[in-house]
Amino acid sequence: MARNVSTGTKIGFTFAAWAIALLLFSPILWVLLTAFKTEAEAIANSPTFLPQNFTLENFSAVQDRSDYVKHATNSILVSVGSTLLGLAIGIPAAWAMAFAPTKRTKDVLMWMLSTKMMPAVGVLIPIYLIFRDLRLLDTVHGLTLIMTVINLPIIIWMLYTYFKEIPVDILEAARMDGAELYNEIVHVLVPMAVPGIASTLLLNVILAWNEAFWSITLTSGRAGTLTAFISSFSSPQGLFLAKLSAASLLAIAPILLMGWFSQKQLVRGLTFGAVK
Amino acid sequence: MGSISLQHVKKSFGEVQIIPDISLDIKDGEFVVFVGPSGCGKSTLLRLIAGLEDTTSGTILLDGQDMTKAPPARRGLAMVFQSYALYPHMTVRDNIAFPLKMAKAPKEVIDQKVEYAARTLNLSSYLDRRPRALSGGQRQRVAIGRAIVREPKAFLFDEPLSNLDAALRVNMRLEITELHQQLKTTMIYVTHDQVEAMTMADRIVVLNAGNVEQFGSPLDLYKKPANRFVAGFIGSPRMNFVDGPEAAKHNAHSIGVRPEHFKLSRDPLANAWKGKVGVAEQLGSDTFLHVHVEGLGLMTIRTDGDQTFSHGDDVYLMPDPTRIYRFDAAGIAL
Repeated sequence: MARNVSTGTKIGFTFAAWAIALLLFSPILWVLLTAFKTEAEAIANSPTFLPQNFTLENFSAVQDRSDYVKHATNSILVSVGSTLLGLAIGIPAAWAMAFAPTKRTKDVLMWMLSTKMMPAVGVLIPIYLIFRDLRLLDTVHGLTLIMTVINLPIIIWMLYTYFKEIPVDILEAARMDGAELYNEIVHVLVPMAVPGIASTLLLNVILAWNEAFWSITLTSGRAGTLTAFISSFSSPQGLFLAKLSAASLLAIAPILLMGWFSQKQLVRGLTFGAVK
Repeated sequence: MGSISLQHVKKSFGEVQIIPDISLDIKDGEFVVFVGPSGCGKSTLLRLIAGLEDTTSGTILLDGQDMTKAPPARRGLAMVFQSYALYPHMTVRDNIAFPLKMAKAPKEVIDQKVEYAARTLNLSSYLDRRPRALSGGQRQRVAIGRAIVREPKAFLFDEPLSNLDAALRVNMRLEITELHQQLKTTMIYVTHDQVEAMTMADRIVVLNAGNVEQFGSPLDLYKKPANRFVAGFIGSPRMNFVDGPEAAKHNAHSIGVRPEHFKLSRDPLANAWKGKVGVAEQLGSDTFLHVHVEGLGLMTIRTDGDQTFSHGDDVYLMPDPTRIYRFDAAGIAL
């Protein structure tokens, strides 16, 4: 059924949409602009919108003080590594919950979700001590492990939702065609769930990339990610807003670009199954 | 080879008993149809044979070998699903080749068998299409192609034609029967449509509430139904049943007469049942008359298509005395 919408209403909604989008984008815009200002300009009492003395020195200062490339590499290793590891565990787990459920499956799902309700700081001390004893502190693989574990409930939940949409007949047909469990998952389930798996992958890379609490507390120099990199600029010597902005911009740029180019896939994935 | 033997097979889902206790022997090369009303357990029975469900107890033998606990992949059976269950991300060629790939067949063998199956099923020009670009009948053929390439011990069909329109259903029915005559492989076919059962089967298993009511050839079932359920289920239109004094005259609790076993007259006949025509369904070749018989209720009568009756006509019905089925109080044929 076509709905008649007056031009006035359309303009109103378009305006509101732009206003909300700009409001959400404004902090990023401000960071972007501040990164190109001098420190003095950045902390001025009556700040200017555009940089008056356009400068790139903040970026070189940031790179001089702390190794951006090393942190960025760590971020990539941790976010991609933890997501792939999470998918390797999550796909079989979600298969079991979607296609071989028991009476307790719903409870298990709820329990997994409930772990996300606890503040991370609640388990900081035990995890810190375990990491210390296992010599995982300030290691990329240690951080990858903790990132996998904290995001696993989300990975399993998302995959479970997508898998539920796949007709079980097709998996049964694969079984009848002689596919053992491994082949059923790899050759039939995964290719059919590609949109869902892709959006799970993207979302988890973003979540792991932006994760700050564990990256800051469990790493220092060697395995620090970009979130640790930013936090090192809110230094005890006082706030250097322009340098902090430059560091933030460097930290969010890769993931922002990735999100921009994959937004179609993300939206499709997140609304998958909403309309049949 | 493909003999299938079920010995005291039972299946419950939690508290609900679907199959109380079934024993069946299906011979190699036989076309057996499981037929029964919805919820009678026919699909469950097929899934037990396939290995898609575990038996609660009992034994399933394939070629004499105990396969009760074997996973579906190891049983060497092929199944065609009601929903076709094609792999949507693969072309027709890959769909048909999938079981062979799983069996690690060499590429030349796969190509050769896929070509052969495609030729047999008229799919050669669609091999590079995806399932979504095919019609319902073509999809069903792909599903059959996928089943035949692996040369299974037996084919299992789970209501394969119920998603097709009527004309196509008749065609596919013939194609499957022809396929059976060509391959001579054991086939088990589940349907709720007794016409499919009668036309396709070597032997029919009539199921009701998880029990085998009768297992026999289509004509056996038609001519010698074991009980009132089978008598009512096999044959179309269904048999007319009469209880009470009229049945007592034949020393039975109830009697049944098929619509085609009446002598019909407009003039009074001795000992005939008198009735009024309700609805007359004219099919051309036949006419089905629904007659309200005094004291006995509504009866369906089959008569040839040239006879014209209209609503309210008085008619006299004379059941063929040699073709009256008698049943006791428990519904068992006497």
